Amino acid sequence: MDYFVDILLIALSASIINNFIFYYFVGICPFVGVSKKVDMAFGMGCAVTFVMSIAAFLSWGITVFVLIPGAPVSAFIAGFFTTPEAAAQIDLTVLSYIVYIFAIASSVQFVEMYVKKFFPPLYRSFGVFLPLITTNCAILFACLTIMSHVAGVDNPKEVWDLGKAMTLALFGGLGFTIAIVIMAGIREELELCDIPKPFEGAAITLVIGGIIAIAFMGFTGVDSGVKKALKPVPHVSQVQEQPQRVALLNTKDCKGVIMP
Amino acid sequence: MADQPTATERFVQGILPENPVYRQLLGLCATLAVTNGMKPALTMAVCVAFVLVCANVVISLIRNLLKPHLRIVVFTLTIATFVTVADRVLAAYMFQMSKTLGPYIPLIIVNCLIICRCEVCASKQNVVIAAADALGQSIGFGLALASIAAIREILGTGMLMGFRVLPSFWPDWVIMVLPPGAFITLGLLLGLVNYIDFKREQTRN
Repeated sequence: MDYFVDILLIALSASIINNFIFYYFVGICPFVGVSKKVDMAFGMGCAVTFVMSIAAFLSWGITVFVLIPGAPVSAFIAGFFTTPEAAAQIDLTVLSYIVYIFAIASSVQFVEMYVKKFFPPLYRSFGVFLPLITTNCAILFACLTIMSHVAGVDNPKEVWDLGKAMTLALFGGLGFTIAIVIMAGIREELELCDIPKPFEGAAITLVIGGIIAIAFMGFTGVDSGVKKALKPVPHVSQVQEQPQRVALLNTKDCKGVIMP
Repeated sequence: MADQPTATERFVQGILPENPVYRQLLGLCATLAVTNGMKPALTMAVCVAFVLVCANVVISLIRNLLKPHLRIVVFTLTIATFVTVADRVLAAYMFQMSKTLGPYIPLIIVNCLIICRCEVCASKQNVVIAAADALGQSIGFGLALASIAAIREILGTGMLMGFRVLPSFWPDWVIMVLPPGAFITLGLLLGLVNYIDFKREQTRN
């Protein structure tokens, strides 16, 4: 039960509350560059979500099995050269940036080749964006967030498993898609507007982005509200006082908490 | 290569005429994320300068060994190495600052500015020109970061690097140090730069 609440919170936080673009400012380059048409923006969003999921899967695996102290693969290899105690101490997290960027670059390359061979229509629709994604900050940011929740966490209960890592990537990508599609929709309408000459292009996009970011700030605190409503339940009466909307969101799960 | 700009020209061009943020719109993630205060902005600028100069010099030295289809991977791996160095140094000597900047130091790896300079300049020119180009671009980047950070910090907190600039009755515009302020400040500054350009063109004609 707690696990699903965690997943729900990660999903909400990654997609809307701490939106990759409006809160963390990652992926601004495609946000400004590829948000002229809605269908192109949607293609870019899908491509980013796709690559982000693959990169998250790879980086989670690499971190858990190779990089962190006592990881099985590195300990096994080092076991040939040193004592098992010393091998369990080996900490390769300093190499993480190089490994992640390599994983991202190669997965983009593989995805491009695979899609080109087996899904030619899909390749035509987002083929042009794929090479650009290697240098998209959002992907590396997702990998780094996953790393910060796996390596160097003291409490073993708080270490993310693969499910949480994938949730972050999928919903982070969804949040990116939402943001870039909203922006593209506004910019399509903007074509008909009389914008002051110096503000055409990137400047007006950034100002509008700021206004949307103010709107997204309105979601601040939703996650703590949901957490309060769903997670630790000290008393039955307190739960019933919660707003109806939050209770409706997950009625069945709520009952599960209250009943025992 | 008679019409190629010299080292000095490249250096001067990077600072204002081809400013990486205002003219080329490169490295916007870092520009927006770390400019809520002057100190993180300057630290970021120094880190970017270090990585950019080192990466440009190394790429320029190995430019004849590069294979065209693998060059982007080589660029990113070179940059990642220097970013790791910068990140470790920062964590060792300025721990608090490294906590504040958080994931944005590793995100220098995918900063378009550095990859763009490697691609445009370092992979074609010799070491001196590449280094001069990198220095000019990083000074331009630093100036851009400092200008945005100064506006956001002064309007947002009334202070600049710990000194009170605006009178104490100033109602702090907290929105300026929050994420939306970054977008709006950069957007307006970009418009201002374009407007100055526009006026100059008009007077010239």
